[in-house]
Amino acid sequence: MALRKQSVVPYLFIIPALVLFSVFSVYSFSLLTYLSLFEWDGVSPIKQFVGLGNYWSVVMHDAVFWRSFWQAGTITAMALAFQNSLALILALTVNRRIRFGTFYRTLFFLPPILSEIVVGLIWAWIYDGNYGIFNECLKALGLGQFARSWLADPKTAITAVAVIHMWKGFGWGFVIFLAGLQTIPQELYEAATVDGANAWLRFRHITLPLLMPVGVVVSVLTILGTMQIFALIMATTQGGPAFHTEVPITRIMASLLGSSRLGYACAQGIVFGLILLAVSLLQMRLSRGMNRATA
Amino acid sequence: MRRAAVLVAVLVGLGGCGRANRSATDRPLRIWHWMTDREEAFTELAKRYTQQQGIPVRFELYAPSDLYIQKVRAAAQTNGLPDIFGVLGEMRDFASFIRAGHLLTLDAAMAKPVTPRGASWRSTFFPIALAMNTFDHHNPYGVPPGMYGVPLDVMNIQMFYNKRLLKELGLDPEHPPATWEEFLGVGALAKQHGVLGFVSGWAELWLIDCFATDYAIHVMGQKQVEATFKGKIPYTDPRWLEVLGVFEQLRASGLPAEGVVTMVNKRAEQLFANGRAVFAFNGTWGVNVYQGMNPDLDYGVMMPPPLRKDRTMVTWGGAGSSFMVNAKSPKQEAAVAFLQWLTAQPQQRFLLEATHNIPANELAAADLPPALAAFADDMHAVAHPRLFDVQERSTVIEAFDKGIQSILIGEESPLQVAQAVQDVKQREEARQTSLASSTARRP
Repeated sequence: MALRKQSVVPYLFIIPALVLFSVFSVYSFSLLTYLSLFEWDGVSPIKQFVGLGNYWSVVMHDAVFWRSFWQAGTITAMALAFQNSLALILALTVNRRIRFGTFYRTLFFLPPILSEIVVGLIWAWIYDGNYGIFNECLKALGLGQFARSWLADPKTAITAVAVIHMWKGFGWGFVIFLAGLQTIPQELYEAATVDGANAWLRFRHITLPLLMPVGVVVSVLTILGTMQIFALIMATTQGGPAFHTEVPITRIMASLLGSSRLGYACAQGIVFGLILLAVSLLQMRLSRGMNRATA
Repeated sequence: MRRAAVLVAVLVGLGGCGRANRSATDRPLRIWHWMTDREEAFTELAKRYTQQQGIPVRFELYAPSDLYIQKVRAAAQTNGLPDIFGVLGEMRDFASFIRAGHLLTLDAAMAKPVTPRGASWRSTFFPIALAMNTFDHHNPYGVPPGMYGVPLDVMNIQMFYNKRLLKELGLDPEHPPATWEEFLGVGALAKQHGVLGFVSGWAELWLIDCFATDYAIHVMGQKQVEATFKGKIPYTDPRWLEVLGVFEQLRASGLPAEGVVTMVNKRAEQLFANGRAVFAFNGTWGVNVYQGMNPDLDYGVMMPPPLRKDRTMVTWGGAGSSFMVNAKSPKQEAAVAFLQWLTAQPQQRFLLEATHNIPANELAAADLPPALAAFADDMHAVAHPRLFDVQERSTVIEAFDKGIQSILIGEESPLQVAQAVQDVKQREEARQTSLASSTARRP
């Protein structure tokens, strides 16, 4: 009897979490999937069943949606390359017990805790084509010929948004990399130094392999976070000029609120979610492979 | 012990039920809105109504409007709408709420006398404001004919001009540019003097759409615009190319400020209020906004300049905001009574003074301050797509407005945009046809 009671108790503890997960994840996702099979505006009493019609339209006819993927992918690629490199370099620097290390830690983690809308609005002022600080700086440096409305120029809009996103996001990577670096035993570095390894070799053969799992986490978080970029876009360009900074979430919002096509928006959301899942799995598999090779 | 616990639980439950029953009758009249600039005025009116009538009223604010739209839709799905609320969106969205049985028809209430002289509630409003809340017998949405909303104010969108800047440019501030050519000519002058020619929140597509609709009606006439929406005239028609050409000319003139296509209206309002831009395409609400940002700003208001003098120029306008009564609310009568009170002359005058919006009550709109009077005088020359026989599909509108942004940044020509919009239009019509046929096939 006591044994039976003992085996039931753990399940009782997970019931609250299970209920929350079922209501807010399983049920929500099921409802989303169900609604994606209908043409429905979200208010009318009648939902028109269209089967996989919404998915067919998303996949085969919605060029702007796929373009938005490409644009979000561009920002993601820049974030993976530059944001994470910057985060790693800063983490390596601060990890060396430099003066004011705690101050830098706080400073680098400030951008991520700011509101995306506030950051977007401030940067929109910086980039402003008429009275923006950035253009004024260029003019002061004698580079006035490059001055432009950075967010409204189709050649620079997506990069300008990516810069803001990276500025705001590098602090996360910095903190995670720093935590990872602090778990690497100092003895390994000391032994390598005794063996005559220089800074590059210590980084190449100790830091990099041992930091790989952390790098995977940072990369996955960067991909997921950047592909879902939304508030920053709304605060800076609203997807413009034309469709140049549209991203998947702005397209889903356009279907939901602009066109009042709730079913279609659900289908877009599911397609988007599946692609993100596939990309994350692929990334993890590749990283595992690299990890094994390094080991 | 266990029995005692059960007893306590039952008592608590019964207590809760009792409170719920009481709350259905005693709770205040709940009103949802998105108008952040009027919160203080609404709160004051709610207080006055409670003092006068003994009925508590609570205004609940949910902004921005995108969030508000989501909230209202979610509440509609769970039958959780408040007693009074506003429906934001197109006529199609408005119709969805009626079809779902959420909106009370107000025809009977509107016919009742509300003034000491026996004038009906309906007769107190600007006709266009009422028309925007009315579905006629032949409406294309299959909605029972009737009046479903109470307009609170009226608005239109015009061209504000800065008198001081016009003078600095060597122009007569009392006679702003009257033709399209004169208007475009300000572009070069503004550049010479280091000021911005024209600002507007054209990152927000609806403001581009207002400007484009003004010129579409001017060039083609409303019936031809409606014919396009019905699919009888393609967007590649030369008249539409002329409309799109307006934006190409604007770009070539250098009049629009750098980055106007990603400028939100709040930023455009700041630039105009700070005396940095000669013209701003903005709505009646701008009077209140500029008053708040720079009370000393000396400006005038004019209709968007016509392309051709022999054709009338209309501008986008109608009801600014409207309130609807929840048909499922147990407080329908109280809600209607409150709206009658809210739209009566004294309350409308109070709103006018507090928020600088033109009241929907025509009598309260007499004797307006000069800036608002300029807007009110042009209420006879307004048009609104909500009043067209048919509305264009939002996907087509988006393609059209985004196309205009492409023209303004010099990326595409009017013809390229027209072709792209027509492609979207054809796809959308094919989709609608397919949906209609599958509905018809259903037993």
